[in-house]
Amino acid sequence: MTEAPVSLWSVTAATLKKDIRLEWRSKDALNSMLFFSLLVVVIFSFSFDPLAEESRLIVGGLVWVAFLFAAVVALNQTWARELRNQVLDAYRVSPAPANALFLAKVLGNFIFVIVLEALMTPLFIIFYNLHVLGPVWQLIPIAFLGTWALVVNGTFFAAMSLRTRNRELMLPLLLFPISIPAVLGMVAGTTAVLTGDNPAHFYIVLLLTYDVVFTTAYLGLFETILHAE
Amino acid sequence: MKRGFLILSVLTGLLLVYASYQALEVAPTERTMGDVQRIFYYHVPSAWTAFLLFFINFVASIQYLARTKPSAQTATKWIFIAIGVAGAVASFLPPVQQQLTSLGMRPSALATTALMLPVFYLLLGKWFPGEKLDILAVTSAEVGVVFCTVVLVTGPLWARPVWGIWWAPGDIRLTSTLVLWLIYVSYLLLRRFSNSAQTQMLAAALAVSGALDVPLVYFSIWFFRTQHPQPVIGGNGSIDPRMLHILLLNWLAFLCFASLVCWSRFRLEVLKREVEEAYAMESLGEPVAVAPSMPLKRGTR
Repeated sequence: MTEAPVSLWSVTAATLKKDIRLEWRSKDALNSMLFFSLLVVVIFSFSFDPLAEESRLIVGGLVWVAFLFAAVVALNQTWARELRNQVLDAYRVSPAPANALFLAKVLGNFIFVIVLEALMTPLFIIFYNLHVLGPVWQLIPIAFLGTWALVVNGTFFAAMSLRTRNRELMLPLLLFPISIPAVLGMVAGTTAVLTGDNPAHFYIVLLLTYDVVFTTAYLGLFETILHAE
Repeated sequence: MKRGFLILSVLTGLLLVYASYQALEVAPTERTMGDVQRIFYYHVPSAWTAFLLFFINFVASIQYLARTKPSAQTATKWIFIAIGVAGAVASFLPPVQQQLTSLGMRPSALATTALMLPVFYLLLGKWFPGEKLDILAVTSAEVGVVFCTVVLVTGPLWARPVWGIWWAPGDIRLTSTLVLWLIYVSYLLLRRFSNSAQTQMLAAALAVSGALDVPLVYFSIWFFRTQHPQPVIGGNGSIDPRMLHILLLNWLAFLCFASLVCWSRFRLEVLKREVEEAYAMESLGEPVAVAPSMPLKRGTR
């Protein structure tokens, strides 16, 4: 290589901008995620009595199950989009660092899922008559760290499942087992805040550890995945 | 090679029979649980074997990944050595020692385990060079899943009469074993459905992330009160020496059995790859360049 290598941040920013612009114009991922989680909310509100006092105990699990499944819808599209016109192949031969692409995809998906959560939270409050008993502000770090955990895992495994025969089916099969500690942290943390019974600090620390460990690991491993054809 | 396999088979058969006899007949009956407790001689050895196999899978996978770059290879080697030395030194530090003794664990046991890590890592790399590491990873994952399934089946069978419930959700050992099983099943699924030419790399990456997940699973549930009996070795649990003796005998039998299965599975995988390679060479129109270690029969597909 004679030229100076392309900087990580410029590639990340360019890819992120492209993804956001694509999403802004098509709204494919966001629309399908929104409708999907709306369906989950409605179906679950039929199967449980939303007026029950226990709704506070179950909503933590419900919210995150809805977001988890909705995120899978978006994550499946994130790499499949790059397969058209051999964009991914072009990326592989370019001197751009592999991690820049990964970071951009993670950040893009993170933004989409956070937007989804912001739009869906009022609906959950309405459908389940939520009244938070614990410190509400703690839900924000839980949401951010939990979403990052979901998205960083999902983006990595979506790239991995791109190399399998049954792409769309493979993603949840790989993603869910690895995400169990993070899902447990999000669900138990949210429930702790909603009921106000016990402090949620432990879960925030757990999610933070999870995020740090897996983001580091995936940044180290992503190049292998990208180049495995 | 073939004779070794035969000797091991006979030895395993005899050991399994003898260990079963010891477990079902000779071992003293537990005072409160009665005969149900005898499942313990199958449950615990299966668990140890499964964990050992998953550990082998992890070490083989990380070594397979590191193999691609010389810098990564050196780095991983030194990380393993550092972990071993640090673990050995740390287990004799007064505060750690105190903590360990209060848990009923001997610091020397932990130090030995820590020192075994780099030794194990280096030996595995020496015995299984190159692609053999990946074959070892597949083999250990497959056999490990089988033993882990035995653990997950025998556990509830014991728990129902003793605890009154089949399964204790939120229990640390139950949940982490289940998650471990799920991770390795997804590992095997990935290997099965992958259509990449570098399945080995993908699988190794998944195995490493899976192994990183295990301590996190453990910590995520650590403050739930655990129902599971304390570990009998390196824990607070106490056990009759006769029972311990029979348990270890059973573990030896299970280990022999596991290595027997692993051995034949390893050979099968080696042969399968040789056949695939031969087919690939044939389709390229070149004479078969690989030297088959066993005569290939027709219709091997």
